[in-house]
Amino acid sequence: MSGVCKLKFTDFKSDQGVRWCAGCGDHAILNSVQKAMAELEYCKDDVAVISGIGCSSRFPYYMDTYGFHTLHGRGAAVASGVKLANTDLHVWDITGDGDALAIGGNHFIHLIRRNIDINVILFNNKIYGLTKGQYSPTSKRGFISKTSPYGTIESPFRPGELCIGARGQFFARTVDKELKLSVEVFKESAKHKGTSIVEVLQNCVIFNDKVHAEITDKEYKEDRTIVLRHGEKMIFGKERNKGLMLDGMTLKAVTIGENGITEDDILVHDEKTDDISLHLKLADMEYPNYPVALGVIRNVESKAYDYCMEKQIREIKEKSSIKSLKDLLYSGDVWEVK
Amino acid sequence: MGKRSKVIEKDEVVVRFSGDSGDGMQLTGTLFSYTSAIFGNDISTFPDYPSEIRAPQGTIGGVSGFQVHFGHSEVYTPGDYADVLVAMNPAALKANSKWMKPGGTIIIDVDSFDEKNLRKAGYKTDDPITEDKLGDFNIIKAPITALTKESLKDMGLDNKSILRSKNMFALGLVYWLFNRPLDNTKEYITKKFKKKPIVVEANLKVLEEGYNYGSIIQALTPSYQISPADIEKGFYRNINGNTATAWGFIAASEKSGLELFLGSYPITPATDIMQELSARKDLGVKVFQAEDEIAGITSTIGASFAGDLAITSTSGPGLALKGEAIGLAVIAELPIVIVDVQRGGPSTGLPTKTEQSDLMQALYGRNGESPVVVVAASTPTNCFDYAFYASKIAVEHMTPVILLTDGFLGNGTQPWKLPDMDEFPKIDVPMVDRNMKDWEPYLRDPEKLSRYWAIPGTPGFAHRIGGLEKDYKTGAVSHDPLNHQKMTDVRQAKVDKIADYIPELELIGEEDADLLIIGWGGTFGHLYTAYEEMTNEGYNVALLHFNYINPLPKNAFDILSKFDKKVVCELNMGQFVGYLRMKFEGMSFTQYNKVQGLPFTVNELKEHFKKLLEE
Repeated sequence: MSGVCKLKFTDFKSDQGVRWCAGCGDHAILNSVQKAMAELEYCKDDVAVISGIGCSSRFPYYMDTYGFHTLHGRGAAVASGVKLANTDLHVWDITGDGDALAIGGNHFIHLIRRNIDINVILFNNKIYGLTKGQYSPTSKRGFISKTSPYGTIESPFRPGELCIGARGQFFARTVDKELKLSVEVFKESAKHKGTSIVEVLQNCVIFNDKVHAEITDKEYKEDRTIVLRHGEKMIFGKERNKGLMLDGMTLKAVTIGENGITEDDILVHDEKTDDISLHLKLADMEYPNYPVALGVIRNVESKAYDYCMEKQIREIKEKSSIKSLKDLLYSGDVWEVK
Repeated sequence: MGKRSKVIEKDEVVVRFSGDSGDGMQLTGTLFSYTSAIFGNDISTFPDYPSEIRAPQGTIGGVSGFQVHFGHSEVYTPGDYADVLVAMNPAALKANSKWMKPGGTIIIDVDSFDEKNLRKAGYKTDDPITEDKLGDFNIIKAPITALTKESLKDMGLDNKSILRSKNMFALGLVYWLFNRPLDNTKEYITKKFKKKPIVVEANLKVLEEGYNYGSIIQALTPSYQISPADIEKGFYRNINGNTATAWGFIAASEKSGLELFLGSYPITPATDIMQELSARKDLGVKVFQAEDEIAGITSTIGASFAGDLAITSTSGPGLALKGEAIGLAVIAELPIVIVDVQRGGPSTGLPTKTEQSDLMQALYGRNGESPVVVVAASTPTNCFDYAFYASKIAVEHMTPVILLTDGFLGNGTQPWKLPDMDEFPKIDVPMVDRNMKDWEPYLRDPEKLSRYWAIPGTPGFAHRIGGLEKDYKTGAVSHDPLNHQKMTDVRQAKVDKIADYIPELELIGEEDADLLIIGWGGTFGHLYTAYEEMTNEGYNVALLHFNYINPLPKNAFDILSKFDKKVVCELNMGQFVGYLRMKFEGMSFTQYNKVQGLPFTVNELKEHFKKLLEE
């Protein structure tokens, strides 16, 4: 069983110098994760931080926990093995939009589908940073980069849509510099039994600076994002006068008090419903038609793979007459030469 | 039962069952093997089936075969040529008649030799016996389909189920031919179909009919008598190489006290290892059916990082996909075993056929200087031992180990004297120790040069590893040029050191032999039989067979240098001989190679060796 420790968030910092660029959004995410782990009362030795390759994947080196910086795209698969070898560990998988959604796309969707109890933090800066500026699978259509000098001609993935499409039971979104929200969301994701995906809108100060600025800048963020909380009305805006409602099958951003709309018309967020339809709509909302959803969008109770695996082994062990290799060797068609 | 017209006493016999891939020939062959093994013969079997589950019916591509070699003395191969062939249709006859011993017996289901099936099999005339010049064989034209139908007509079975019982008729007839009891097979059928009494009844009835048919036609047909072999006392079971491999890992798990994890993706001919381990939840085995070969090995690396005995199984194309990840295990210095059940290549190649053409891939198929241990099993039953020792080396030396078997070993069976597990050594797990002073993630055992295993969850040993080059001492990321040289050297030295921990080679034969036959892995049975037969014929030859490829056993050079004339035999274009030439510069070797997806035949080996001796 994993223990309970009362540590400060600084206890989770390793002695390695952090080598991300000054102003990189990763610094803030590192702080939020350390803070979340301290608040979750984790013991450092029970934590395994696994990553793939990319700027974000340097993360384990900066954590004073067990850590494994693996191969490009394969963090999710390595993390699966770690968790199944020792289900008591807190396993966190740190990845980016290239690592998780391009080279590691297959592992990403299958991890989610299996629902192994791993917390994935997906740093989404819509660019390849470590290789210095190529477009990524989340870059918007027409995006100009070193490998798309005339603009991309492909549609981006929306991580939330992909997660829910892969039968994801937990999806949340936060912004690198929103420390308080990030800590809250990371803690929720850790408590969820099964795979949880947290997309962090992260700023790459060198190769894609201000990619999220139009929604995350202080002056706009309240009007252009909505923080969803379970059981609360979906209200947003500086004046707290905007909200989300359903018009038939369509989700609509509306202003309370206009066109006869009252607060009663505004939806209440239910992160726990199994039905994916509204969660999908919320996860897919993009500016300028909608505010971008932050917070926990989907958080449905479900059976984790690791739990089911152990349960199955336990049950079969109990029933079987084969208790050792010797029993196995002598089972079935064995004959004696005298 | 009446007196037999003619009984042929033989020391050994090869029987080949063949039919459409839906005809149940694998089961028929397996049941016959069991009966022979229990009767006391030594046996060796090999299934030969098409890669399509249901290739077009009646065509040569759809022929599925099962060969069993059994004898009064020890047998080491499934045999080159068959004494008895069962051909359930013209395609089976066409595909197999060239693999018959002169004067052998061919049983055909004459009912299936109609115009349509003859054409599908590529016969131009309506007389395949003459067309294939099979006049000198003893042909039993049995109306198997008609008699099966007749036998079951009142049982209320549908036509499909009736036809599915044909194989039992053939089996009954072969049992008659070899004077074998039906008891074991009856017991098996009764157990297997216990929920369907009508199927049990039908199969048993047809089995008896087949046997009785033999007695009726006995005046025309000779039968065979093969006495039991003189076999060491003990408990035995039949086992194929893939199951033996799976069980070897379970043994290693018990001897190390580590939980067993297999991360794998189904691939022919390795899938049976995964299937067997999936069924072993009763022994706590964790099997993770990954989304692809890469996740198969990377989940395995994760499980190893977290302290399991971690295995991945695959075949050639899968090994190619795992290459990058093996490099990660090399640099992270984590123990894993990668089993490659080799098949014909390149690319998808010949998935169901056997070859030894992944040796170079196993040794060198990665980026950078990334030495791994390579071990090869050489018989279906010693797959158990090498799976065990591959695990032992991996864990004790903190290194990835590639275990090479092949389709021939994986699917081939032998009777196996059940091992006494007390005779297997303990596996010492180099876990970090609370009292360890000045521990660093890459602190090394001074003897073995391997690092220690600090698994997540162990208080006080939190550390970070990864695929970037590590500082020699601290394990922190280092781009220092001299450190990289030092780490490259120590990773190589660690693998080289393993030579101190593996058994030396044993020469079979005399040091003054005129020819040294050299082999590795799955060709042992054929090479040994060739050696034995030639020795009995008065030739002075010796055999040196390798199971440890990297590192090579320490006495390899000494033994090899005693012989002038050497021939390295392998089922590839010369990968092991190339490796030996590189390791022992200036030493001369000749080579004998075959790349047909088939094992060697003893005959072709002997012919070649005799030619070499004349030179």
